[in-house]
Amino acid sequence: MTEGALLQANDIITWRGETCVLDGVSLNVSHGDVVQIVGPNGSGKTTLLRTLAGLALADEGEVYWQGAALHTLRAEFQNELLYLGHKPGISGVLTPEQNLAAFLQLRHAVPDQNALLEALHALGLGERLALPCRWLSAGQQRRVALARLALEPVTLWILDEPLNALDVNGVEWVVSQIETHAANGGAVVFTTHQTMPFNTVQPIRFKLSDAVLGS
Amino acid sequence: MFKWIHKFGSPPFVYGVSKAISPWIGVASLILFAWGLYMGLVKAPPDYEQGEVYRIIYVHVPAAWMSMFVYVVMAISSAIFIIWRLKLADVVAESSALIGASFTFLALVTGSIWGRPTWGTWWEWDARLTSELVLLFLYLGYMALRAAIEHPQSAARAAAILAIVGVINIPIIHFSVEWWNSLHQPATITRADGPKMHISMLIPLFIMLGAFQLYYFHHLLVKMRAGMLMRDRRARWVSERVEGGRL
Amino acid sequence: MKANTELFRVFSTVLRREMRVSFASWGEGLNPLLFFVMVVTLFPLGVGPEAKQLAAIAPGVIWVCALLAMLMSLDGLFASDHRDGTLEQWVLSGQPLSLIALAKVCSHWLRTGLPLVLMSPLLGVLMNLPAATLSTLAISLLLGTFILSLVGAIGAALTLTVKQGGVLLALLVLPLSVPVLIFGAGAVQAVAEQRSALGQLSLLAAGVMAALALAPIGIAAALRVGVASGD
Repeated sequence: MTEGALLQANDIITWRGETCVLDGVSLNVSHGDVVQIVGPNGSGKTTLLRTLAGLALADEGEVYWQGAALHTLRAEFQNELLYLGHKPGISGVLTPEQNLAAFLQLRHAVPDQNALLEALHALGLGERLALPCRWLSAGQQRRVALARLALEPVTLWILDEPLNALDVNGVEWVVSQIETHAANGGAVVFTTHQTMPFNTVQPIRFKLSDAVLGS
Repeated sequence: MFKWIHKFGSPPFVYGVSKAISPWIGVASLILFAWGLYMGLVKAPPDYEQGEVYRIIYVHVPAAWMSMFVYVVMAISSAIFIIWRLKLADVVAESSALIGASFTFLALVTGSIWGRPTWGTWWEWDARLTSELVLLFLYLGYMALRAAIEHPQSAARAAAILAIVGVINIPIIHFSVEWWNSLHQPATITRADGPKMHISMLIPLFIMLGAFQLYYFHHLLVKMRAGMLMRDRRARWVSERVEGGRL
Repeated sequence: MKANTELFRVFSTVLRREMRVSFASWGEGLNPLLFFVMVVTLFPLGVGPEAKQLAAIAPGVIWVCALLAMLMSLDGLFASDHRDGTLEQWVLSGQPLSLIALAKVCSHWLRTGLPLVLMSPLLGVLMNLPAATLSTLAISLLLGTFILSLVGAIGAALTLTVKQGGVLLALLVLPLSVPVLIFGAGAVQAVAEQRSALGQLSLLAAGVMAALALAPIGIAAALRVGVASGD
């Protein structure tokens, strides 16, 4: 075990049918790290992120949070985690504000209404506050979910393709959020197929090879 | 405790033990079957009220008992699988489902055949038969759920949860059906089985119970071996056994 | 252990969110009620309009129809939350998933169970039940449908990732609902035969307590499995 590692994955093996999706993956994430998981389609990026977040169980290997196995301290870990997956977690019938407030209130007491509105304005959703999210474009829905980056004071971000459907402004906003977060000692693990214009941080690239066929 | 479970719950160890003892259990079960059937069908005296018909209890009662017993085994091993993540426990549960359902089906069929001469109908909404029918549905649900979920690990965990939910419900179902039956009981002959039986009729019943019990263990051990090979097909102990011709 | 106020906050947040969602699509919420009414009205057409015969089968018919209506509504209970990713967020929220599940079930019951309860006296009249039984019918359904929501939600969570899971859901949940049906219909029957229904109703109330205590744990465990198994 590496001292001081925030999140640590040891020898993760995951099979999907007869295909080995993750073949003994080990990974360390510390405070201030920005880790980009890279690899072609089907190399297991999403599976790895889901395993790190504790959503998917690995067939072998273990994930540790501050030195303790994940399943032994689920709540403590999740209180320090913000995971955004392929599916943004946004209900189509609720407005952006209702969607966000429901998550914030569930996780951390009563949300700061001003901060919430400010984040939505910063993301260019100021005009769409009262619209049910199903009337928003895919990129706008993604922005609603991403607003949580600015609103939830947690340590670890796990972001699966956060730039999907985002335009240039959106990408810049996400980049600046990640840089601020890393500067404040937070950690980020993410995947993307786009190039990200980082200024102050240099992401650590973690390469996953192509899917290995089972013997 | 945990270490102990892991040593004796490790597939290579269990596979070896199973291979060594399962033939003996199978032979013992066969002997008990022959002895019990001879005692029950030939030696035991005919019943005072029902004549020769009652002899079906030597199949019906053990089958009904096993149908419950196997479900409880399934639920306990499911709980062990969920709590300690012991994969072998899931193999036990999975290997038990089909044979448990078969015992339940056998109990239903023999109950129905028995009902024909005693009640005059093939099916009577008797409390025990109705409970048994619901139990069969529970088994079928378990197998259907297992088959429906593609991802094997998820299928195992979902089925385990269902088995635990089911076993909590079985006493409630049984009680409710008894209660319902006592309300709607028509004036029919209640069947004479249970503690009133003469000892010469009881002994063959116990022998048959033992035979069924051993048959189940034999079946379980053999089926578990197949389950362990399937699950650990990528493990070294399996390839060593395959190459050594020691399956 | 979390403070009670925090647990209450979690429960009420999810409940309010769910009620908002169901108000936004309230038309869908009425379908089980329509199903209930329509299927019950099929029985006089099927078995004949003779008042005595209808009254004799009414407790069972109304109860079975209510059970099927509940079952129908359970099919998609977690489907949209699973599809849009809300479920993943709930699993990772750091809050007790069983409590979130309980709030979800309560909102489901308010949307589908409660309308059935309110409609049932009217159907009792249509089926020629004696007036004295109508309140017992409603009370038995009030308790019984809540148990069905709780137990059925376990089935809905278990079949989360199964394609066309509706039939499988029925196969899983129907055997478990036998006691509810027996005591629910039995209570109405008892009053119709001028006996006390107190025993049956107490057993149903005990069932509510037991299901409240245990079912959320099962639902949460099943949801974790469902979320783990796929995108």
